[in-house]
Amino acid sequence: MGLFILRRVWVMVLTALCLTFIVFFLTNLYPNLEKLAKTQGNMRMTDEQVASWLERRGYTEPLFSRYGQWLGVWPGWTRSDDGGVTGRCIDGTVTAEAAADAPRLCGILQGDWGYSTVFRDDVSGIIATRLGLTGKLMFWVMLLMVPMALLVGVIAGMREGSRTDRTLSTFSIITTATPEYVSGVIFIAVFASSAVGLKWFKGTATSAMDDANFENFFLPVLTIALYGMGYIARMTRASMTEVMTAQYIRTARLKGVTFPNIVMKHALRNALIAPFTVIMLQFPWLLNGVVIVETLFNYKGFGWTLVEAAGNNDIELLLAVSVVSVVVVLTTQLISDIGYVYLNPRIRIS
Amino acid sequence: MEPLGTFGIIARILYQFTSVWVALVILFAVSIAFKRRLGLYGKLFDSPIGMIGFALVMFWVFTGIFGAMDLIVTFDPLEQISGMKNKPPGTAVANPEDGQYAWYLLGGDNLARDVFSRLVKGAWVVVQIAPLATLFAFMVGITLGLPAGYYGGKLDTFLSFLANLILAFPVILLFYLLVTPEIVDTGVPNYMATVLFVFPIIFAGVLLNSRYYTQPGFRTPLLIAVLGVMAWLYLSLISTGGYLVNTRELSIPALPAILDLFDIPGGILVVFVSVVFVNSPTVFRIVRGLAMDLRTRDYVAAAQTRGEGPWYIMLWEILPNARGPLIVDFCLRIGYTTILLGTLGFFGLGLPPESPDWGSTINEGRKLLSIYLHPALPPALALLSLVLGLNLLADGLREESLKD
Repeated sequence: MGLFILRRVWVMVLTALCLTFIVFFLTNLYPNLEKLAKTQGNMRMTDEQVASWLERRGYTEPLFSRYGQWLGVWPGWTRSDDGGVTGRCIDGTVTAEAAADAPRLCGILQGDWGYSTVFRDDVSGIIATRLGLTGKLMFWVMLLMVPMALLVGVIAGMREGSRTDRTLSTFSIITTATPEYVSGVIFIAVFASSAVGLKWFKGTATSAMDDANFENFFLPVLTIALYGMGYIARMTRASMTEVMTAQYIRTARLKGVTFPNIVMKHALRNALIAPFTVIMLQFPWLLNGVVIVETLFNYKGFGWTLVEAAGNNDIELLLAVSVVSVVVVLTTQLISDIGYVYLNPRIRIS
Repeated sequence: MEPLGTFGIIARILYQFTSVWVALVILFAVSIAFKRRLGLYGKLFDSPIGMIGFALVMFWVFTGIFGAMDLIVTFDPLEQISGMKNKPPGTAVANPEDGQYAWYLLGGDNLARDVFSRLVKGAWVVVQIAPLATLFAFMVGITLGLPAGYYGGKLDTFLSFLANLILAFPVILLFYLLVTPEIVDTGVPNYMATVLFVFPIIFAGVLLNSRYYTQPGFRTPLLIAVLGVMAWLYLSLISTGGYLVNTRELSIPALPAILDLFDIPGGILVVFVSVVFVNSPTVFRIVRGLAMDLRTRDYVAAAQTRGEGPWYIMLWEILPNARGPLIVDFCLRIGYTTILLGTLGFFGLGLPPESPDWGSTINEGRKLLSIYLHPALPPALALLSLVLGLNLLADGLREESLKD
């Protein structure tokens, strides 16, 4: 088991390195840098001004050395002229003596995530706050989605082919066919607009960032939860129907165990192994939903940050965002694999 | 003219779709009449769920095709008529000219364009891109997934690592990185198109070569003809105005403009490439899993004993036996591609802003959603019904293919 986890962690690090390098490469293509220079400096800069702006800020160094600097395995760039010394690891312009005291390496390995050009703030601070907000959203999504999905799946799978089964299965197909931007728009139209007039909920979740309550937070949570729910429910149903036709269930029925007892004590535990892995693998999908819903409801969390950073070519923020998301995706895969082994006694013992 | 009531709007919309109804009725009548002779497609008509799904899908397919032929639409999707901004459904056009339709059936959007016509034209964007992009993704996934699953080993490790790498990307970040105008300027999507679109040619070449390898007299002309046509189409597809990439720093000449059969508008090509790119790793994983499972079967061992080549076994023994799950996944994946296209439109990426595709229309409509519902709801419901139809169709196909 230890070796297995070690190997997975190694693959994870390798994936994260490749992925961040791709992001680094794409965000550092010249047209992107030019756009960055123009939005940060002046829209009417000439080509020469753009080039000198980029050079002064160290954007023109070779790609690999800059990637190494971002990682923290290569000394940060420095540049001295009449005014003093500037550099990657130096705040502002300082004298040569002060520059000599500055650390040589400053990358993510040293805990320095860089500086966001859009928010004009440290990336680590932004990521921490935004992740906290998205964490709150995800917590409620999970709390709503998982029990609902399992319940729907188990009830539908209990008696295959019954009318309840057909109704619930149709319901879960509809939810999987409704992407977040469709269901979100429909929910806002029905429950939040003045045109229909119900106005039960608020159409934006901006106020939920400080003070989340049912009125301003339920719609975004429901929107994400519904899309993920259908898939988990269908998996649960499939697994439940399979278990219900197993020999030991028939034996229990013939022995005269009541139906609720069979479901609760015999079927449920075995039926929930498969959905567990599916729930964990849903995380990357939820990440997508989070981006859409946070944009739609104007909830300034991680997904919203991704859109802002990508729209403005904020290189270091984008890199941090991709590191975080790749860690989330691969960690959930790892947990799902480990969890599968622990939940399934047949694999655990062998 | 008087504005139309609810009943009038519904009746007139149903009337506008006449050509679609006729086509649907003919299709269903013919299919049901000959369903015993049509294989899996015919069996679809035994399952009510599959039939409902198929009807929904074909409704939008016909709408897209006839809409592109200007049969259904009432106005030009870009035409703005003053005084019609954000008007509710059924509003009459103030002073209709001769031959002009007298009402905005589903109202006007915030630029005073007809919502109904844009909805119909939007179907064409989806019908054009989604199935073809899915097909390309399948070609890439099958061409790489079969050897990965059949041979295993280092090749499998490497390809699986690549696939997982792409899958670990948040899709929207990938779209932002690939589809922004700055990246398009550098020609990165064109390079990707050049690589990705080779796969159908490789696939067809290997497929035919492995089948007719023993009959060189028949194989060689066949291969020359098929690959020649495909290579021409490929070169037409990737070259625009005589160049593969034409930027400030670099221009790579490709097929001369005279021989170029068709030009894909830049925006559509980029969207197409990124959707194929996002979909192929998942297809790869499915095909790889199926190939790993099927390679242990007896008929594979029999073929190996007969001395068949590995590609013959992969493409003519394993692939046909994997078709059931692949067809089902194909339907589901078209739905997912439709959702992805909508996502791109929703974030305003790729397609031009005036494009009538559903995602862009939803994105425009949502800004005024608290006051006006009619610009955003019709495309949202259209997308929902198409994806639902594809899901039901996949369900029906799965049920029917499991029966035998």
